[in-house]
Amino acid sequence: MRELSVREALREAMREEMYRDENVFVMGEDITEHGGIYGVTQGLYDEFGGERIRITPISEAVIIGSALGAAMTGMRPIAELMYIDFTTVAMDQIVNQAAKMRFMSGGKVEVPLVIRTQGGGGRGSAAQHSQSLEAWFMHVPGLKVVMPSTPYDAKGLLKTAIRDDNPVLFVEHKMAYNFTGEVPEEEYLIPFGEADIKREGSDVTVIANSYMLPRALEAAEDMVKEEGLSVEVIDPLTLEPFDEETIVKSVAKTGRLVVVHEAVKRCGFGAEIAAKIMESEAFYYLDAPLERVAGMEAPVPYNEKLEMHGMPNTDKIKAAIKRSCYVK
Amino acid sequence: MELSKERLLKMYEDMLKIRLFEERAIKLFNKGLIRGPMHVYIGQEAVAVGACANLREEDYITSTHRGHGHCIAKGGELKKMTAELLGKATGYSKGKGGSMHIADPEIGILGANGIVGGGIGIAPGAALSAKMRGTDQVAVCFFGDGATNEGIFHESLNLAAVWELPIVYLCENNKYGLTSKADEVLAVEDVADRAASYDIPSEIVDGNDVVAVYEAVKRAVERAKDSGGPTLIEAKTYRWEGHFVGDPCVYRDDCEVEEWKERCPIDRLGELLVEEGATEEELKSIREQIEQDLDEAVDFAQSSPEPEVESIFADIFVD
Repeated sequence: MRELSVREALREAMREEMYRDENVFVMGEDITEHGGIYGVTQGLYDEFGGERIRITPISEAVIIGSALGAAMTGMRPIAELMYIDFTTVAMDQIVNQAAKMRFMSGGKVEVPLVIRTQGGGGRGSAAQHSQSLEAWFMHVPGLKVVMPSTPYDAKGLLKTAIRDDNPVLFVEHKMAYNFTGEVPEEEYLIPFGEADIKREGSDVTVIANSYMLPRALEAAEDMVKEEGLSVEVIDPLTLEPFDEETIVKSVAKTGRLVVVHEAVKRCGFGAEIAAKIMESEAFYYLDAPLERVAGMEAPVPYNEKLEMHGMPNTDKIKAAIKRSCYVK
Repeated sequence: MELSKERLLKMYEDMLKIRLFEERAIKLFNKGLIRGPMHVYIGQEAVAVGACANLREEDYITSTHRGHGHCIAKGGELKKMTAELLGKATGYSKGKGGSMHIADPEIGILGANGIVGGGIGIAPGAALSAKMRGTDQVAVCFFGDGATNEGIFHESLNLAAVWELPIVYLCENNKYGLTSKADEVLAVEDVADRAASYDIPSEIVDGNDVVAVYEAVKRAVERAKDSGGPTLIEAKTYRWEGHFVGDPCVYRDDCEVEEWKERCPIDRLGELLVEEGATEEELKSIREQIEQDLDEAVDFAQSSPEPEVESIFADIFVD
């Protein structure tokens, strides 16, 4: 099968959906000739022109506001916010407006809006360009939150997001755009709310997504070789809706859970997963305290040594797996 | 006079409908039947009616926390509005929205809004949508003087100017943002001056003169349909009641309120209509019909069921 990068897979998803439905269009900063700051829309401007690959001023609030207005009136916008850090200047439009519009109107309004953005650290972008803020949006009823890792998942989930009639926050990772992987030529969609078991195992369950998924898979490989441990790795793919069933089943099987995310530990999505497990039947199967491997509770620093110190990595995941399995 | 007597009578009816609806709403509020904050439109009726008289069903409006008047002027149903104020299952939002969230997209009402400036972000999107779909729909964006100090106002006007969107920004300067006097918190005397920053035309209009509002918005709507882009209109007006029902209004004196009541937009149009040959009987029968409609709306709302508790999870997402 052919291989694509995440960047190419995302671009192909938008391209296909724009051909399928003339109401789909993309709007955002620097997305035309430049192709977006991480090159995701490269070439689409030449193909579709400035009406549908629509450059905006650096005005995040009205990017989301106007995308919402367009979504409420028959269009299917994909609004790009260059960094998830910049959602902070569009919060009213995302949280008070887009997320609640359908509910407040008693179901009269549909909001087929995709907000594409990217987050995470790893390239020295410092505290205002490296955050992982996905949990904020999970907290708001009315938003769907999608966070892919592989090219296959990125394409299938973005196509689903574009066809969804609800507001979707689609969170990419700046360090994952060059990840490559198999992507079939033929069309496919990936449903929301269905976690993907990336690797089967029986001793411990590891939940990881986005940039952390390859780290978790690497840790799982190492654990087989180094400790003879069988590690199950699950990517939830979508954080809202969240596939609790797959996780609960896995933990019931392994009795151990390690949750990995790049966002700071407190109130990260790992906290929610931990609480869900405690409230579920999986609680009775736990043989060890659950572990969270997460970003340190500090703003993301610029200096490389400091930044890497603050982020989760393969070694930290391995250490957590070993603690969970009582391996010295 | 370009407007026929019939059209003026319709405007009179709509303005009076807003006035009497709000008077009923205050009564219901004072009986404890309406929860939360409620902001009434009394005194500003000429703005909503003069503006919406230019619009067709398919044209869009975005409204504000003080949105009952916009909704009625755009064709909103009194029964569903009243039921919504009472939180009933038969209300516009099935009791989930209340006074600040009435929307009816089928007739272009993209929602009142609880956030000052909230609709100012949405309106250019509706205008963009109309433009991209190749229709000649326009969007009228209502907001107050206070909202022009929000960042979204500036982002929105700039975007609409750059994209030449078919939109009319209609500022209702009623002199107060909650309790703050506009002249203490606005860096310009006239909000209309802010249009210069975005190189778009602007106009100041007497917001208590429905004909003047109608004509100004007509020019702006024609410009919008003619690919002339956005216009900013500032309607100078006044809210007779406080910011919310129950506001003690310590920030303004009674004389000011009385002065503005003497400039009542509805009486003014009534006088004009009499000059145009309408009779007192005609005006009286309009009022009687509205009162009857409102009796029915209140009865409908009061006899309507409460929403079922299970409905809390409905309408969050499209399934």
